[in-house]
Amino acid sequence: MKTLFKNSCLLLLSCTFTLPVYAALDEVNVYSARKEQLIKPLLTDFTKQTGIEVNLVTSKADALLKRLESEGRNTPADILITTDAGRLHRAKEANVLQPVLNDTMKKLVPEHLRDADGYWIGLTTRARMIVYAKDRVNPSELSTYEDLANPKWKKRICIRSSNNIYNQSLVASMIAHKGEKATEAWVNGLVKNMARKPKGGDRDQIKAVAAGQCDIAVVNTYYLGQMLNSNDPKQVKAAQEVAVFWPNQSDRGTHINVSGIAVTKAAKNKDNAIQLIEFLLSKDAQNWYAEANNEYPVIADADWSETLKSWGTFHSDGLNLTQLGELNSKAIRIMDRAGWR
Amino acid sequence: MRKHLNRWSILTLVFALLLTVPLWVLVSFMFEPTNDNWTHLADTLLPEYIINSLWLMLGVTIGTLLLGVPTAWVISQYRFVGKSVLHWALLLPMAMPAYIIAYTYTGLLEFEGPVQTALRTVFDTQTVNLWFPEVRSLGGAIVMFSLVLYPYVYLLARTSFANQSQSVMQASRTLGAGPYKTFFKVALPIARPAIIAGLTLALMETLADFGTVQYFGVPTFTTGIYRTWSGFGDTTTAAQLSILLLLFVVALMMIEVWSRKQAKYFTGNAQPLNQVLPKLKGKHALAAFSLCLLPIVFGFILPALQLLDWSINVASTALNAEFITLVWNTFSLAFITALVTVSIALLFLYIKRLHNNPIIDQSVRIAGLGYAIPGTVIAVAVIIPFAWFDNTLDSWAREHLDISTGLLLSGTLFALVFAYCFRFLSVALQSIQSGLSQIKPSMDESAKTLGANHWTILKRIHIPLLSSSLVTAFLLVFVEVLKELPTTLILRPFNFNTLAVRAYEMAADERLADAGLPALLIVVTGLIPVIILSKMIGKRHA
Repeated sequence: MKTLFKNSCLLLLSCTFTLPVYAALDEVNVYSARKEQLIKPLLTDFTKQTGIEVNLVTSKADALLKRLESEGRNTPADILITTDAGRLHRAKEANVLQPVLNDTMKKLVPEHLRDADGYWIGLTTRARMIVYAKDRVNPSELSTYEDLANPKWKKRICIRSSNNIYNQSLVASMIAHKGEKATEAWVNGLVKNMARKPKGGDRDQIKAVAAGQCDIAVVNTYYLGQMLNSNDPKQVKAAQEVAVFWPNQSDRGTHINVSGIAVTKAAKNKDNAIQLIEFLLSKDAQNWYAEANNEYPVIADADWSETLKSWGTFHSDGLNLTQLGELNSKAIRIMDRAGWR
Repeated sequence: MRKHLNRWSILTLVFALLLTVPLWVLVSFMFEPTNDNWTHLADTLLPEYIINSLWLMLGVTIGTLLLGVPTAWVISQYRFVGKSVLHWALLLPMAMPAYIIAYTYTGLLEFEGPVQTALRTVFDTQTVNLWFPEVRSLGGAIVMFSLVLYPYVYLLARTSFANQSQSVMQASRTLGAGPYKTFFKVALPIARPAIIAGLTLALMETLADFGTVQYFGVPTFTTGIYRTWSGFGDTTTAAQLSILLLLFVVALMMIEVWSRKQAKYFTGNAQPLNQVLPKLKGKHALAAFSLCLLPIVFGFILPALQLLDWSINVASTALNAEFITLVWNTFSLAFITALVTVSIALLFLYIKRLHNNPIIDQSVRIAGLGYAIPGTVIAVAVIIPFAWFDNTLDSWAREHLDISTGLLLSGTLFALVFAYCFRFLSVALQSIQSGLSQIKPSMDESAKTLGANHWTILKRIHIPLLSSSLVTAFLLVFVEVLKELPTTLILRPFNFNTLAVRAYEMAADERLADAGLPALLIVVTGLIPVIILSKMIGKRHA
């Protein structure tokens, strides 16, 4: 037992000293809240094109941010990628990012999809749309997010838990546009209209509409896209039972969020990091996002996937996304008080 | 107190304190002023968190006892057809992460799933309004946890039942007690410390779970902690909530200690070898067989089939060389951690046994507190002190030696294994302790009288007698690490993936079908040690 213990200690020590040797190579280190399968293929292409090695660790955004904050000036990370603007804003506030916006990026990315001071840049957008049962809902019944609190939708709406960042952001955007009081009333109405207690993810809401448990659901665009392109025939069938509705077309537009990227304050490979951002904004990379995950490219001349094309264009909310981060806590409190679990 | 302050107690205390640094990081947050997020929580969600967590614990207690104890009894006391397979197959559900089984049952039983769809086809839903229990509910969560956590109770109870001297049982039978009376009056009280140890583990795991309750929409402490951290960006309140959760655990541990004190049983002859167990025939054999098969079918076979079904669709494209790396990473990480954790636990318990000293007792108890802290919380509580240590050292080196040491520990496998050790030490402590408590202290004394020193006692008496408990402890920690998700996800170094991380990333992206393959591989990787180690235990007690 003694030798076993000694051996395992040695093994551990050797791990400790062999692993963190990253500095000398031509490389860039990425902390990503985007799941590996949704970023790795692009990083591999980047390495092929530039010869720059990419070291990747994926995790939850809050954890990566905590790591960045704690590691301070010694952090190995050059890049932070998240799947919502709120967390990027939080990182900026925590003083772990540096602005890197250059003219190329400015030209490519619309202003409301990047930080005003250049601390982060949106890579793709996703919209929180309404899907409805084709056979039970006439699209003329639908109009805005606000209308979801209308008693005519009683027991007809499926939406996931308020733990979900996209629901938090949606409520935050409502606060930004309508104020806290109106938002509280709206959330109260919405909760009364829920067909069931919130459970499962966005796909589950779509499946519930297809199965007849509810008539409409609020979901992110790419989930429906993934279901339509799934190799599971059941998922495809469920997705085909619903149709897309873009809310608030006659006023502010449909609520969107971004997946975005930023360079850390302590980045040791800043040039490589900037090169990577520019690569991710290239037409090929942007096409990949649309094709592989049905996210909307941020650059104007990227090609949309067939699925995205089939849903048509829509008017999106031009709200500066920084506000979503600022209002996030308020949004959660309102949802808590209304009993949105 | 002063008379207890000797070399050993101080050493143990320091070691325990170092090992539990994450806990002290959490406790330090208690001294931060509470902010208005607390008032908000108390007004809205806190009562629900507490009530749901309590129901969950009660339900899982009943569920794991019902599934774990009778099976352990039947397996340890009788021979019947199929036992040689059932006795290890009963451990299989342990390899199934709770959130994975939750996904599979949701897939099977939800409104849109095959079962309900079939029912709707058979019965005309226009005329008959079918009621079907909702899987994604508190009740559903209780069933899921019971199905994957009963093996803790089963494993520890079985070891205890098997170690009980047959002569005690025979005496009971000779005195006219039937099998039921023997079970309730003799075997159960003797095995109680082991059963409660297993139950404590199951409950601690239940309290620490995030994935399942989150998916089922059951707000508990863990979802609350995560929500406070992630939603409000409020580490302080999240840490304070974790401390509150820890109070639950301390209460659990006190119950366990109390139960052990209530009855200090030592069986005279802990060598039930060469004992021929009675053979069951006919309907008794069938009953025993079905009793043991049931938890395996629902805790393992059905969900594994669902995973297999999902995997088949993607296996041709997804199964590649990368998966071998994943399996290797997962396996080696679990192996190293299990080895280290079991060694540390053995060291602690051995010191505790040799030195009757309250400081040491408390140190060991503190060292075992990690299990019920959610992995996410532990991970954060590891990041903070490790980064502090690295940065302080770095600053010092820059100033005095003019070199930068950078991050020595943060973001390495060492940090990860450290976090696991803290989290799973309790598992090793519980199972070794339950074995140790069955070795009479008089044995140590006799050995000492005969001139044996501590090491000889450990090597010649304890380790042989403890081997099945040690194997159990190793197995439990190993499987825990295989399944572990949040700690790995948060602390892992660059380019280091495990099966659980892969399964999670697919599942979190709501690609359940793609999560099936890595989940299935977790189960398969977990099977290898389960089978090998069960064979070892089996041989000892066959």
